[in-house]
Amino acid sequence: MPKATKTDGSGASDGVQIDLISGERMDGMATMEKIRMILDGVHDGNIVILEEGLTPDEESRLIEVTMAEISPDGFNGIEIETYPKSETRDASLLGRIMGSEQESANKLTVIGPANQIETLHKDETLISALVSRD
Amino acid sequence: MGLFKGLRNSISRVTDRLFSEQEPKRIGIYGPPNAGKTTLANRIARDWTGDAIGTESHVPHETRRARRKEGVEIERDGKSVTIDIVDTPGVTTKVDYEEFTDEMDEDDAIRRSREATEGVAEAMHWLREDVDGVIYVLDSAEDPITQVNTMLIGIIESRDLPVLIFANKIDLEASNIKRIEDAFPQHKTVPLSAKEGDNMDEVYDSIAEYFG
Repeated sequence: MPKATKTDGSGASDGVQIDLISGERMDGMATMEKIRMILDGVHDGNIVILEEGLTPDEESRLIEVTMAEISPDGFNGIEIETYPKSETRDASLLGRIMGSEQESANKLTVIGPANQIETLHKDETLISALVSRD
Repeated sequence: MGLFKGLRNSISRVTDRLFSEQEPKRIGIYGPPNAGKTTLANRIARDWTGDAIGTESHVPHETRRARRKEGVEIERDGKSVTIDIVDTPGVTTKVDYEEFTDEMDEDDAIRRSREATEGVAEAMHWLREDVDGVIYVLDSAEDPITQVNTMLIGIIESRDLPVLIFANKIDLEASNIKRIEDAFPQHKTVPLSAKEGDNMDEVYDSIAEYFG
């Protein structure tokens, strides 16, 4: 992933980097490749936005790997937000045919370091978050 | 080799499920930290076996290892249902040892946070591999629409596990059961106070109905 740099050429970042990752980029990746990409970004203090989110199984493994990487001297874990499921979408014929895993995998998802991102508001159509530098 | 091993494991899981109808089902008690999971597990275990499962505390992450109580036989309407209760650590996506420093010294807080992270990972592993049904416990005085709750319910649904939602702490003034029913309308919500023992008849009726 390209890194953010100051325009004065010093190489030091003075802002918060946001990585918007398309569904197309995630499509060919294995579960652990996705998790590694997300957590590497978060460890660097970046906010990672996934266009199409993760499947429930991938979310489960993301929690597990995140827990293994928490350390008292720095990384406190992640903040992760997706839109809550809507009843109407769950009840759709397509949703029932495709199964809940497919249904859940199409939600835009925001992931960041727990000590830098705070969710202010969330409903079925809006996620509002406050991002600080650290 | 990996493919054959995977196939063999899959076939083994299917046959286990087909031929283990008489085996007690393992019911995982899941939920966020401080929802009252261990208080509930202890209430059920004491009511039907006389023994407790674990230590209860107001400090988050008191339960840092999954604990199983085997062969809990619950009698309803002349029939009995036998389950194994698995009390799991509260699931979260973040753990900061400084949360515990008001209650203990720094070394103990660091140790507690490390054990808490291991406990969460263990709980997720149980959920993927080793439980047959889930009791999802929520503090009814808290907002249920959190990312952890949404994700965990999604993970449970994706595994086709039967799930009951227990709206705990109805003895608190701020308790709001409707907020939980509205957040997860696809699942049955049972109100209770595990601490006070309120509405336990409906709790046991529901367990027998869903997991019997």
